[in-house]
Amino acid sequence: MKAPLSWVLDHVDVPDGTTTEEITDRLTLTGLKLEAIESPGREITGPLVIGRVLTKEPEPQKNGKTINWCTVDVGDANGTGEPQGIVCGAHNFEPGDLVVTVLPGGVLPGGFEIGARKTYGHLSAGMICSARELGLGDDHDGIIVLPADAGEPGQDVRRVLGLDEETIELEVNPDRAYALSIRGIAREVLVSVDGATGFRDPAVRDTPAANDEGHPVDVEDAEGCPVFVARTVTGFDPTAPTPDFMVRRITAAGMRPISLAVDVTNYVMLETGRPIHGYDADKVQGALVVRRAREGETLTTLDGTKRVLNPADLVVTDDSGIIGLGGVMGGETTEISDTTTTVLVEAAHWDAVSMFRTGRRHKITSEAGKRNERGVDPTICEAAADRVVELLVEHGGGRAHPGVTVVGSPPAVPAVQVPGGLAARVSGMPISEERSVECLRAVGCEVSGSGTLLVTPPPWRPDLTDAQDFSEEVVRLVGYDKVPSILPTPPSGRGLTRPQQLRRRIGRTLAGEGYVEVVSFPFVGTADLDALGLPDDDPRRDLLRLTNPLNTEAGFMTTTLLPGVLRAAGKNVGHGTTDVAIFETGTVTLPRHAGPAAILPVDRRPTEEEFAALDAALPAQPLHLAVVATGDAVSGGWWGEARPVSWADAVEAVRSVAAALGLEVTASAAEVAPWHPGRCAEISVDGEVVGHAGEVHPTVCAAFGLPKRSVAAEVDLDVLIAKAVHLRTAPTFSSFPVAKEDVALVVDASVPAADVEAALREGAGELLESIRLFDVYTGDQVGEGKKSLAYALRFRAPDRTLKEGEAAAARDAAVALAAERTGAVQRA
Amino acid sequence: MSGPNTDYDPVEVTPLKADQVDAMREAALAAIAAAPDLEALKQVRLDHAGDRSPIALANREIGALPPQARKEAGQRVGQARGAINQALTTRQAVLETEHEERMLAEETVDVTLPTTRRRRGGRHPLTMQSELIADLFVAMGYEVAEGPVVEAEWLNFDALNLGPDHPARTMQDTFWTEPAEDHVVLRTQTSPVQARTMLTRTPPIYVVCPGRVFRTDEYDATHSPMFHQVEGLVVDEGITMAHLKGTLDHFASQLFGDGITTRFRPSYFPFTEPSAEVDVKCFVCRGVGSDSCRTCRGEGWIEWGGCGVVNPRVLVACGVDPEVYSGFAFGMGIDRSFMFRHDLEDLRPLFEGDVRFSSAFGTEI
Ligand SMILES: [Zn+2]
Repeated sequence: MKAPLSWVLDHVDVPDGTTTEEITDRLTLTGLKLEAIESPGREITGPLVIGRVLTKEPEPQKNGKTINWCTVDVGDANGTGEPQGIVCGAHNFEPGDLVVTVLPGGVLPGGFEIGARKTYGHLSAGMICSARELGLGDDHDGIIVLPADAGEPGQDVRRVLGLDEETIELEVNPDRAYALSIRGIAREVLVSVDGATGFRDPAVRDTPAANDEGHPVDVEDAEGCPVFVARTVTGFDPTAPTPDFMVRRITAAGMRPISLAVDVTNYVMLETGRPIHGYDADKVQGALVVRRAREGETLTTLDGTKRVLNPADLVVTDDSGIIGLGGVMGGETTEISDTTTTVLVEAAHWDAVSMFRTGRRHKITSEAGKRNERGVDPTICEAAADRVVELLVEHGGGRAHPGVTVVGSPPAVPAVQVPGGLAARVSGMPISEERSVECLRAVGCEVSGSGTLLVTPPPWRPDLTDAQDFSEEVVRLVGYDKVPSILPTPPSGRGLTRPQQLRRRIGRTLAGEGYVEVVSFPFVGTADLDALGLPDDDPRRDLLRLTNPLNTEAGFMTTTLLPGVLRAAGKNVGHGTTDVAIFETGTVTLPRHAGPAAILPVDRRPTEEEFAALDAALPAQPLHLAVVATGDAVSGGWWGEARPVSWADAVEAVRSVAAALGLEVTASAAEVAPWHPGRCAEISVDGEVVGHAGEVHPTVCAAFGLPKRSVAAEVDLDVLIAKAVHLRTAPTFSSFPVAKEDVALVVDASVPAADVEAALREGAGELLESIRLFDVYTGDQVGEGKKSLAYALRFRAPDRTLKEGEAAAARDAAVALAAERTGAVQRA
Repeated sequence: MSGPNTDYDPVEVTPLKADQVDAMREAALAAIAAAPDLEALKQVRLDHAGDRSPIALANREIGALPPQARKEAGQRVGQARGAINQALTTRQAVLETEHEERMLAEETVDVTLPTTRRRRGGRHPLTMQSELIADLFVAMGYEVAEGPVVEAEWLNFDALNLGPDHPARTMQDTFWTEPAEDHVVLRTQTSPVQARTMLTRTPPIYVVCPGRVFRTDEYDATHSPMFHQVEGLVVDEGITMAHLKGTLDHFASQLFGDGITTRFRPSYFPFTEPSAEVDVKCFVCRGVGSDSCRTCRGEGWIEWGGCGVVNPRVLVACGVDPEVYSGFAFGMGIDRSFMFRHDLEDLRPLFEGDVRFSSAFGTEI
C-alpha cells in the first residue's frame, strides 16, 4: 500500500518534529514494513522558487524558432534582489504571471544541473520550468503558470507544487487488510508512534438515515452480501475536473486518475478501505438485485472481457440482466462515462471467500477485489457511500438525492475467550493482564472480564478469531524487539540417521573420485526422453504431469536424473571444459496411480490409516544418483599420454559408491537406453538390480552436445543405502607365506570375464586368497572369436604353510571348473 | 712358493722380511687411498687383500719359517693385513657415501612440473550449506527430519491452517499436478515436514529439515522455480517466542559470526501465531548499515526468513495437545543465505551445472 503521508496525517497527529523515518521505523517494527519512501521532488535540489515575469521579449531566431528573453523577479532568492535574466522557449505566459524558476546551482530530475550559460546571445541565469522538467508528468506544452495567489516571488515553490509530498509504501500482510487504507494506516500510526494522538476516523461521520426513497435494491443472497447501501447523486457535471490534490494522492497511491466520478470512488476506497462501485444511473433499469449467477449466464466486464459465470459467482442485476460481478468488477452496460449526469453509488459488503473464489476463477485482480477478498469493515458502507456523495457534490456540482437505501446489517462478531496470561505465556515476556487489556483496547477491541478475558475484535479486524491471534496483537504492541533471547534445552538427540550419514559419504566419495556435484531442476519433457532414446514402453515414460509448468517443454516431473546431468555435461563442453565428470543426487518421481491424496479434516489428527493412505497416494520418490563423464579421465602431460574416459569409469564410479557403503556390486551385460547396446552394464547387489552404467549411445551423446564415448551411470541410492553393511566384521588374516599361481585361459569372446572368474574362484576352494584379472588378449595367438584371460591367483592357508603342490592342485581344480563352466582352455 | 722348512734347516723367507711387509702394506694403503670409485676399490681389494695378493701370499709363507720366527712374522703380517682391511672398510664407506650422493644428485627432478593428472571433484555448495546448517542444529540436540517434495495438498496447506480459500494460498505460487482430483502438489515450503514430524513423533520434538521446494517463479537472477529451505520445529512444554529468538540468535551467530543477532518484525503465516519476519544483522558492516555496504544495501539488516509460535490449530490437526505443548517453527532460504554469505548476486550459477562453479567450493564450506 502506497500512502501519501499528508493524507495519513490528516487523520492522526504525531508530535512536532517527528520525522518520516521515525514513523516508518515504528510501523515496520509493529508489522507494516516500509518498502520505500517516495517523493516527486526527491531528485530536485537547490533553489526552486516562485518568479514573477517582469518582461518578455520575443526574439525570432535564424532556425525559425522564436525564443523569449525574459526578466524575472525572484525576490531575494538570487542573493541580489535584481531581476533574473532567463531565456525561455515556451510562449504560454505573459508578463505578470507567476512561474516556477530554478536558479543556477539547482539540479532537476535526471541529474540536470542548472547554471548560468550563454545562449541565443544572452546570459541565461536559470530556467523557467515545465511540469515534465520537474518530473510531474508528461505535459510539455509549456511552462507551469501558477495561480496568482500561489505566493510571493522568491518563495520556495516545492510545497505549492506538492513536490515535498512524501508517500510511504508499506508491505501489508494478507491478515492486515485494514492497512490497505489511509484509515488503517493512521490507526497503526496512532498505536505505534510514540506520542501520536487525535485519531480522526474517516469512516465515522453523520450519515442520513435509511429511507424508502433510494434506488430499490433486493438482496436475494444475504450471506454473500450482508450489507448493500445505495445512494444517488443527480445533476453531476461529467466534465468537471478532478481536483489537483485528489489527482496527486490517487497517483501517489499507485492508481490512475480517470474521471472525477471514478476518481472519487477510488479516493474513498483508498481513504476508508471500502471498495465502492459507481453506476450510470440513467443506464440502470429498475431495481438492483444481488444473487448468485445461474449456469450459462455471461457478463462483459468493464475491461471488455466476456465472461461465462459460475453459479457460485455473486452478481448484481437489473431489469436488463446481469450488470456486474459483485465486489469484483462492474459490467460494461452501466459503466460511468463522460456523459454521466446521475451517479448511483454502491457501497456493499461482500463475503470474502466468495470474492476470493470469483477473483481466482476469472483471474481478475483489482484494487477492489484485493480488499474485498481479504475482508473489509462491514460497518462502514453507509459512511463510505456518504463520503462519495459529499465529494461528488462538492467537486462535480451535483446534488445528493435524498433517498438512502440500506439493505441488511453487518454480521455480528462473536466475542472470544482469551486467557489473560496468554500473551505472557506465548511470548516469554512478563506481560501483565492489565498491559494485555490496554494493548487490545488500543487496536480497537472491546475487552471485559478478568482472568479469562472476553474480547470482541473491532469490525475492521476479521482476522482476529482465535485467542492466539489476540496474543500477537499484544506482543507486537509491547514490541517484538523486547522478546528476550533464551536457548531452549532439547533432550539428547540421536544425531544423523544412518541413511543421512551415508548420503553424505556418497557425495564425498564421488568428489574424491573427481566428480563435481550439480543440481538440476527435476522437470522433464517427452522430447528429453526421446533424446535419451527410451522406447515407447519404457517405464521411465510414465510421468507425473504438472498442471502449470513454467515451460511446456518440461511439463513433467522426471523419472530419471540422466537428462539433467547429460545436459549439464553438454553445457560444460560447450563452454570449453572438455574434461568433465559430474554427479547429481536427487529424487525422481515414479507415479503409483494409487488414487487421490484425500483432503482430511483439520479439527483432529488423521487416523494412522488415513495418514498411511495419504503417503500411499503419493508417487514413489526414490533417491537416485547419476554420473556423467566425458573427455580425459587422466590428462596427458610430461608423464605420458592422456587416458580418455571409458565405460569402465562409469561402472567404477558405482563400485566406489557401493564400496563406501560396504557393498560389492555385480555387473552384467544389458541393453538399456541411453547406453551403447554393447557397452552397458546392469548393476546389481545381492541379485537386485540397482541401476546401469556404461558408455552413452553415440546418438544420445550427439543429442546432448557431448562427444562420442561419453559415459554415464544411474543407480537407485535408496536401495543401495538400505543394503549398506551396518557393522562390518573385523577381518583376520594369515601370516603364513603366500603361494602365487598365474593362469591364462582362452574362452569364446562372448563369455563374460565375470563368469570365468566366478568359476575359478569356486573351483580354487578355500585356499584361494585373491584373484586378479591382469590381462585380456585377443589376436592371432588365440584365434578368431576367442580371447585370453590371464589371472593371478594367490593362495594361502590360515594356519599353516602350504605344502609343495597344494597351490598347484587348487589352481588345477580352478581351471577344471572354469573349463567345465565356460569352455575355457588353459593356454600353454 | 717355497717348500716346507725344517726345524733344523731354517730357510730365509724373503717376503716376510719386515721391510718387505711394510712395503706391501704401504703399497696397499696407497692404492686404497687412490681408488677413485667403488669399482676401482673392488680391484684394489683383489690386488692387495685378495687371495693372490702379496700379503696373502706372504701370510702363507709363515708356515715355512722356523717356529721361533713364526710368531714375529705372523704378528707383522697380521698387523699389515688388519691395517689394509681397515683402510678398505673405511674407503668403502667413503666411496659408498660419495656414490649415493652422486646418484641422488643425478636423480634431481624439476619439482615445479605440474602434478595434477586427474580432475578434482567437488560437492555442490548448497548441499554443503544444508549439511552445515543441519550440523549446527544436530550439535544442539536436534534431529534432521525429511519428507517428499511431491506432497499431498493436505499436508502442504490444510494441515498448516491454509484452508482451500485462504488468501495466503495465492501468495505461494504452487505447482499443481494432474489429475487435479489427486490433490498432489510440489511442496511450496518445507513446512509439510512439520506436520509429518508431529504426526510421526511425540513431543518433545526438536527437528530441522533442509530440503528442496518449488514455486512457479520465472527463473531469473533472484528467482528460481526450485530452491532450498531449512525448516525448524520445536514442540515441547513451555516453549515461547523467547526460545525462538534465542535459537535463531544462536543460529545466526554460528552461521554468520560471533555477535550477529536477529531482529523480529510482526508478520503473517497461517501456521504460526504470533508470526515474525526474521532479519539478521548484516555480518559485513555488522549492522552499521553504511551506504557502501552491498550486502545489506545500507540497511544494516538482511531479510532472512519467517518464524513464529506454532498455531494451535496446526497442533490440533497434527494430534498434539495445545493445552500441554507449545512450539515454534522457522524457515529460511538456504540459497538466499548462501548468496549473501558468499557474495553471490545472481543465483543461476547454482543450477546451471557449470563445474567451474561447484569446484570452487571443494568438499566443505
Ligand atoms: Zn551491511
